[in-house]
Amino acid sequence: MDVRALVEPDRVHRTVYTDQQIFDQEMTRIFERVWVYCGHESQIPNTGDYVAVTIGRQPMVMVRAADRGIHVVHNRCPHRGVQVVGNTHGNTGAAFVCSYHAWSFYLDGSVRAIPLAKGYEGTRMDRSNPDCNLKRAARVDSYRGFVFASLAAEGELLLDFLGDAKIAFDDMCDRSPVGEVEIVLVCHRVVQHSNWKFFMENQLDALHPSVTHQSTGIAAGRVERRLKEQKGSAPLYYHYLSAFASSFEQWDSVQTINYPQGHGILKAYMGLRPQDADTLEHEALLKKAYGESKAEEYLSRSIHHVLIYPYLSVQSPLQQLRCLRPIAPDKTLSEIWHFRLKGAPEAIYRRSLWYYNLVNSPATMINADDLENWTKAQWGLQSNGGDWVSFHRHFGDDRVDDGVAYSNHGTSEVVMRSQFAAWSRYMNGSAA
Amino acid sequence: MSATKNMTIPSAGPDMRHLLDQDVVIAGDTAQGATGAQAIEPTHSPRGPQMTAAPVPLPGVNVGADVRREVEQLLYRQAELLDGKHWQEWMDLFADDGIYWMPALPEQVEWEGSPSIFAEDKLLMEIRKGRVTHPNAWSQAPLWETNHIVSHVALESVEGNRIVVRSRFHMMELRRDNIRHFGGRYHHTLVRADDGQLKIRLQRVDLFNAQAPFDYVIQIWV
Repeated sequence: MDVRALVEPDRVHRTVYTDQQIFDQEMTRIFERVWVYCGHESQIPNTGDYVAVTIGRQPMVMVRAADRGIHVVHNRCPHRGVQVVGNTHGNTGAAFVCSYHAWSFYLDGSVRAIPLAKGYEGTRMDRSNPDCNLKRAARVDSYRGFVFASLAAEGELLLDFLGDAKIAFDDMCDRSPVGEVEIVLVCHRVVQHSNWKFFMENQLDALHPSVTHQSTGIAAGRVERRLKEQKGSAPLYYHYLSAFASSFEQWDSVQTINYPQGHGILKAYMGLRPQDADTLEHEALLKKAYGESKAEEYLSRSIHHVLIYPYLSVQSPLQQLRCLRPIAPDKTLSEIWHFRLKGAPEAIYRRSLWYYNLVNSPATMINADDLENWTKAQWGLQSNGGDWVSFHRHFGDDRVDDGVAYSNHGTSEVVMRSQFAAWSRYMNGSAA
Repeated sequence: MSATKNMTIPSAGPDMRHLLDQDVVIAGDTAQGATGAQAIEPTHSPRGPQMTAAPVPLPGVNVGADVRREVEQLLYRQAELLDGKHWQEWMDLFADDGIYWMPALPEQVEWEGSPSIFAEDKLLMEIRKGRVTHPNAWSQAPLWETNHIVSHVALESVEGNRIVVRSRFHMMELRRDNIRHFGGRYHHTLVRADDGQLKIRLQRVDLFNAQAPFDYVIQIWV
């Protein structure tokens, strides 16, 4: 399908959200080519530890080998196709063993044992045939402990794919005095009945919070104000919620940076430097580790979200990560993770945990309304009530510098225009 | 790979033992090949990491029928208030320092500092109540109802003014035209206030599907 007619600089055709053929093409041309996040190294500390992960439509397994290397292989026995691991995570010991006929495989995917191997002699499935191995992801790489795989043998390097959006992982890790995070072994999974692109657009859409999240922002602001009147201060987590009801003008004053790969940053300083004892202790640790000026640089970064197109949203100042696994045009799984700053005070972890619990848990007081919007958007776009989706807000007003679109209006729809420019390049086969 | 070359494969015979003893091909294994059974035996477990086995629950204690009835009435009352969307009256069941906690994992023990689905004191409950009753709580527009069933009430301890009780719940939720099911265990720590009333100090809610994917989210207490 030729998708060129569906994306115009200022609007897109509704079918990009609803059409099964387009979805299938997205899987082959984008998700099964780009570097896809598989997990964090700390999820699989021991030899044989594995995590099942879906890349595009491909069930894969990320596993730790004895030499500390990490491999990503297809979860499919080369014999008759049975999946070699049957759980979301676990430990497979020294080998993967197929439950059907006991073919077994080393942790790098190469075949280890075939029962009654004599029976294959003289056939083309002799064990010297590489088809006897578990098929491996074409490329695996990691950045600061975050593991990615690409199913395309050719293409840009991980760091080139991430580009400036690698700041997501730098900003997260640099807040640890040893420069590392470790994953918290809880994964909330929430199914959205909407196209994956709604989520990506929404993450940098600064016009929606004070509309969509008004109810929570107002309710939280009321309690926060009362606490401040009574006690002089309120814990930061009230602000996490009340800030959603900031005025249109406040949201419009934040900046977005939109990269040619579709990645983006919503700036906005998150107010994470109150002068309480815990914060000061944390800052002292960073200054000791990195020196005054580096620590200051790390702590004063203005980042609310970093988006890694087409599937990752990283809230680095609070060490949270949401990863999309598209299932169908109208169905998307999100995996929601939290990380601990190694070597940082427990109180700093707990402070960011409030955000994980209040905003990102399955009982979220925020995303409940987002999900409702996207579901209704999906239904709206499935109708014949109109063909086009408008991205005209501040169209023509973007400052483009070396391919990067900057906007001083947080509410500008440059975010969507930029994402769809990247989407078009991928879908037309002109992106790496 | 070279290990395959020198292997002699016994000729096929009628007994299964003989087949099990037959060599399988182990690359790099120079001595003797493992049997097919050994190939799957050594280090492998198809399961995830084993959680610490939960202790066998203690049988409920026998207390006076009136205490037992009083506790049951509180649990049933809670179910009715939730199903009736009487949020303030539901919150009033909690002591001033009461906590509503839905852990993410059954092995979690502390409501504070744990990644949770709900972890709310009364101020956060007030925010949630304020949110769902706000006229612009968009996600509250679709009609929805719940129906709770509470059962298997077992008093674990009655000491002074403190009662620990566990029970099971099942909740059906209708939202738009879809029905979802939530089931699991309640664990209540109740305290008797000065006026004699039982209040909830801690309500722990272990959803049995807490780490399964949520189809949409949960907006209100279960």
